[in-house]
Amino acid sequence: MRTLFDKIWDSHVVEKLPDGTCILYIDRHLVHEVTSPQAFEGLRLAGRKMRRTDATIAVVDHNIPTSDRKAGIAEPESRLQIETLEKNVKEFGVPYFPVLDPRQGIVHVVGPEQGISLPGFTIVCGDSHTSTHGAMGALAFGIGTSEVEHVLATQTLLQKPARNMLVRVDGTLPLGVTAKDVILAIIGKIGTNGGTGHVIEFAGEAIRSLDMAGRLTVCNMAIEAGARAGLIAPDETTFAYIKGRPFAPQGEAFDHAVAYWRTLASDEGAHYDKIVVLNAADIAPMVTWGTNPESVAPITGVVPDPADVADPAARVQMERMLSYMDLQPGQKLDQVPIDVVFIGSCTNARIEDLRAAAAIAAGRHVAPGVRALVVPGSGLIKAQAEAEGIARTLMNAGFEWREAGCSMCLGMNPDKLTPGQRCASTSNRNFEGRQGPGGRTHLLSPAMAAAAAVAGRLVDVREYL
Amino acid sequence: MPSFTKLTAIAAPLPLANVDTDKIIPARFLKTIARSGLGKNLFDTLRFNPDGSENPDFVLNREPYRHAQILLAHENFGCGSSREHAPWSLLDFGITCVIATSFADIFYNNCFKNFILPVTLSREQVDALMGDAANGANARLSIDLERQVVVRPSGEEFAFEIDPFRKHLLLNGLDDIGQTLQHATAIDAFEKKREAQQSWIPKVVV
Repeated sequence: MRTLFDKIWDSHVVEKLPDGTCILYIDRHLVHEVTSPQAFEGLRLAGRKMRRTDATIAVVDHNIPTSDRKAGIAEPESRLQIETLEKNVKEFGVPYFPVLDPRQGIVHVVGPEQGISLPGFTIVCGDSHTSTHGAMGALAFGIGTSEVEHVLATQTLLQKPARNMLVRVDGTLPLGVTAKDVILAIIGKIGTNGGTGHVIEFAGEAIRSLDMAGRLTVCNMAIEAGARAGLIAPDETTFAYIKGRPFAPQGEAFDHAVAYWRTLASDEGAHYDKIVVLNAADIAPMVTWGTNPESVAPITGVVPDPADVADPAARVQMERMLSYMDLQPGQKLDQVPIDVVFIGSCTNARIEDLRAAAAIAAGRHVAPGVRALVVPGSGLIKAQAEAEGIARTLMNAGFEWREAGCSMCLGMNPDKLTPGQRCASTSNRNFEGRQGPGGRTHLLSPAMAAAAAVAGRLVDVREYL
Repeated sequence: MPSFTKLTAIAAPLPLANVDTDKIIPARFLKTIARSGLGKNLFDTLRFNPDGSENPDFVLNREPYRHAQILLAHENFGCGSSREHAPWSLLDFGITCVIATSFADIFYNNCFKNFILPVTLSREQVDALMGDAANGANARLSIDLERQVVVRPSGEEFAFEIDPFRKHLLLNGLDDIGQTLQHATAIDAFEKKREAQQSWIPKVVV
């Protein structure tokens, strides 16, 4: 009896070395401009070739401005990194969606959208949020640049199997509670290293009932719980999502694929090293108050008091977080005023996320003094949102409508917070300085972010439903 | 190739948990296409004031810790992003060993690729070493990878665990791509078999 993880792992072991380290075959390698230049340079210096260009796709996302790009990229270092990627994909023959191609977007949005990320695959990328693709029922994880080079050269990685962890969310999600709230609640429960050394399989009725966008959001943040990867067993929802996508198998090949994908789900009675169960009914809209994703509470809650923390090191750390975030113990979370709202990132920039934000924004307006950005996950999502009228709704409500990219999730492009600014953000990390030096981040769902934009403060989205 | 065998050096105590990769090196410094030169941005926000001057309270701005080659920290060191710029910046600063109560998986992996030794010890042991490190230059720590021990100034030894394959690569300065390519025939055979059994798998061609 094997888990979903065991099955994918076993089917990709090329060779097991004497100490248990495995040479693991990689089906898909996603490449972007920030973590690949030194890897291509390494190949070049060693005179090595790329093994499988036809299992690789490259995009630019981290550095790219989200304003009009036709005039080129102003910032010299960002431009050099993007030009270096373009030179490398040309020299090595790597499939690439160029900056002005409508398929360009955030690598973790593009992979599933194009049908490049498929169930049963091993998928890697030089980016920790590669865990996102686990929602397809694929074993997907982030790697460093040396491992990027290793995959370019060998189409394999040297790995030891992870342990299995099951996170089950039973029951039905209450109104106003989304996939983002579910994963924030999970991280709040197990902590930022609760999944270390494990692959987390998400299961249970509340996970099963999520659409693919929601599942991608959940798996995206598995890394924020320290997990090597997140996984959701592929089912009818997955197959329906994949069917007809450009890089997915077509026709008879698709039917063969589905027959295989149906065998992947964990066997009844398979062993998990750790099991955590949450009740969907207990989950409320969530928001982070600190500088790591486990520092999270329901929007109806208050900022915790360091005086209640027994361990002195943990108490000092909480005091530091509250000082950085400029919050007081006992302060009500739904009274915290905000300066900026960011709706985007590989966590929450899919069409469903934008629809959820637009549903709250419709007929309302961004509060005075608040800057609100919406950054779609790909050029195709942007076009779809424009066709559906979502873009118009958001712009009428005072939101900025931008081009696709990572944007203010990590502030490598011109979209960043200034010191002291407070942001309600649909991204995945609230680390100090993540969205710009001195910036303060509160993580929440797209609907909660749109509500915060309208209210000018963190607010319970259920007041707007 | 570099390697890691033994090290006797000054250790800098950083008694923090969840030191994330944005803290080790903020994203704005990732725009380089080189591996070297990142040491000046290591712990940028902690090390420097907004005007660019040094923060005199930060451990790596104080003597003798400016010359530290060992870093001591609490649990979940290196959490967050997969950026190898984190170990590159540590290495460029001169740090070749990090001792912590636990590490995030990707960072831990990335260390080995750069011949940085990550050592996991218990909270009590790490705190004891932090106590030693507080004595500065008179209290160098030694690490012996072959014997898998950290030696305190008192001579007391703390044993640590390490994966035998990774230890072998570190001790002998071996490049793991070269190691894997010795198995090229097995990779060829695997690929052929997979293509035959899973013929539905499309090729990525644009």
